[in-house]
Amino acid sequence: MIQALTNLFWILIFPGFVFTLAVGLVAAWLVRKVSALVQYRVGPPVYQPAADVMKLLGKEILIPQDAQRAVFVAAPLIGLSGVLLLSTVLWLALAQREFVGDIIVAIYVMVLPSLALILGSSASSSPHAAIGAGREMKLVLSYELPLLLAFVVVIIKTSGALEAGEQLSLVAIAQHTPVLSISGMLAFIVALLCVQAKLGFVPFDIAESESEVASGVMIEYSGALLALWKLMQTLMLVALPLFLVTVFLGGIGTSVASVLGGVGKYVLVLVLVILIKNTNPRVRIDQAMRFFWFYCGTALLAAVVLATLGNYYGVGWL
Amino acid sequence: MTEAVRKPVLAVGPFHPLQEEMEFFQLTVDGEIVTDIDVRISYNHRGIEKLSEGLQFDQVPFLVSRICGICSASHPLAYVQAVEEIAGVEPPERALYVRTIINELERIHSHLLWVGLAGHFIGYDTVFMWAWKYREPVLDLLEEITGNRNNYGNVKVGGCREDIPDELVPKMLKELDAIEKKTEMLTKAVLDDPVIHARLKGVGVLKKEDGIKFAVTGPTARGSGIAIDVRRDDPYAAYSDLDWQVISQPEGDVFAKAVVRLLETIEAAKMTRQALKKLPKGPVAVEVKEIPPGEGCGHAEAPRGETFHYVRSDGGNRPVRHKVRAPSFVNVPSFKASCIGESIADVTITLAAVDPCYSCTERMAVVDGRRNVIHDYASLLQMSRAKTTRLRKEIGAPEMKLEDI
Repeated sequence: MIQALTNLFWILIFPGFVFTLAVGLVAAWLVRKVSALVQYRVGPPVYQPAADVMKLLGKEILIPQDAQRAVFVAAPLIGLSGVLLLSTVLWLALAQREFVGDIIVAIYVMVLPSLALILGSSASSSPHAAIGAGREMKLVLSYELPLLLAFVVVIIKTSGALEAGEQLSLVAIAQHTPVLSISGMLAFIVALLCVQAKLGFVPFDIAESESEVASGVMIEYSGALLALWKLMQTLMLVALPLFLVTVFLGGIGTSVASVLGGVGKYVLVLVLVILIKNTNPRVRIDQAMRFFWFYCGTALLAAVVLATLGNYYGVGWL
Repeated sequence: MTEAVRKPVLAVGPFHPLQEEMEFFQLTVDGEIVTDIDVRISYNHRGIEKLSEGLQFDQVPFLVSRICGICSASHPLAYVQAVEEIAGVEPPERALYVRTIINELERIHSHLLWVGLAGHFIGYDTVFMWAWKYREPVLDLLEEITGNRNNYGNVKVGGCREDIPDELVPKMLKELDAIEKKTEMLTKAVLDDPVIHARLKGVGVLKKEDGIKFAVTGPTARGSGIAIDVRRDDPYAAYSDLDWQVISQPEGDVFAKAVVRLLETIEAAKMTRQALKKLPKGPVAVEVKEIPPGEGCGHAEAPRGETFHYVRSDGGNRPVRHKVRAPSFVNVPSFKASCIGESIADVTITLAAVDPCYSCTERMAVVDGRRNVIHDYASLLQMSRAKTTRLRKEIGAPEMKLEDI
């Protein structure tokens, strides 16, 4: 009973939903503020993302007549719970409460938001959403392969230093910083771009591009359901950069100094994402596919070869 | 149309975040590829031409400057030139220069506005904000000269309403230098960006022959290698005294249109500087007592292309007929040639690339109740042509074909 309550507390309050949400709202503010500074604007006050969600929660929910109601309503919940699970797994790993193979779980859970988006938009019976869903699907197909390859590079890089059976454990991987090598750096850059696409930021905001399909996948959502999507994106803003920090940059430790360092790493990744967002136009979906498969794929194949050679000959920086 | 042949249609409009005006593009799509496009405008018919017949000659410039929020110097100028043609008035030289300066400043701010919007349409909000920031000083200059950031209301029949004070000239020259430098920086940044190249080159190509067929004007034509420009081909104001070039690019894609606009901005800054330096002394308007019966045409190169005004007077103090043709009227139909076969992402930026202005070019549609369009754009055009033919026959005008002109 006590155990169950503790777990519930872990998932719902700290460091689960409530805590992650608080961090996420600050991160969302950071995205808007830094973007504003890059664009010669003032930017919103720190409570603005929270205020936006509060406002949406109070608005009427409109469901299109032809929509598949159950799926339409369930999709944002599926997405939200997916990110929630992901962030809980990550926090657990950072608190060194592990289970073997949790990197696989994390990768698996990470696809849920995109799948939920595709589900929800397909259920909403709008031509704009249909095109958005098609684009999201193509985008998922494009970036999942490079993202997996990037993690393969990390697993190869760290496996030599880990005990048998620990190769897939986030806690064990978080003790190393694969980014301090050529192959790890390549993998980190590609994974960063994949995270950009997962977050739905420019240049990969193709599925919800406002000026083409009028926020495509989410066009029919309103009120509290839209607020759930916004919350999901807010949580992703925490979970995905944190995942990169854990896997590539040596994670966040438990001592005060390493926690501060970890926060620094997280903010660094976030600012990189924001800068990429603000210095690029949106690409076309075919260009995105070509970019992820050919350029990122080739770079990562090279990284895998380099990492394997490095492991074999014991050269750390390869 | 039977149900069997219905194809998926993506509606861009009547309200769509792509553009702030009401417009309706029905894109027939096959996956991501647009196979057909139907353009419907006229959601905001304001009856400017009819209103104009109820106003006096010197009130109309204020009305026509509100045809378009951006081309608010070119429309009054074209109108005033038409009336001056009827009255046979020669405005003083200083007035011609002031008109030139205001029109070129308008071009700078309009083109920078377009660059910003185009950036926004392809998701590049940083360009959007930067271009609009660089545009601000231009608006401030216009406010200092005319008292308004837009809708200057500065031209009148016989000259200009407000003069450019001589003590303002050094300040304007300094501001222009800054604007030119910033625009050059922006031009370089935009034209050297490889992602923008990937996104805009070879997109929405309007071939030269298609451009001629649709009779496009302005940067849309010059981006397709059709080097027409009213300022050079039929000089008005003080353009014949200035040293400048018509910018044109042969490619016809969105990138070429962007290049044309950016280079024109720099060229416009140069022209304004020349005009400021050459600004002659003297009065800024002559008195016009009355407008005799007759008809006149005036045209001006607005930032979007040729603006054409026709005015007829019966000797009273109001125009009995006033006809406006805004540049978007010819530029918008060219979507048929440039958009089909492109992907949706490319079509939206192609739609924006002609810098369309729908409320300037409103024509009407006759609608029955809520549903049935009795006369749409095409059928109204046909009716108008039939009427012209009938009138020609009645007055015994010679038969003319398009090829003869």
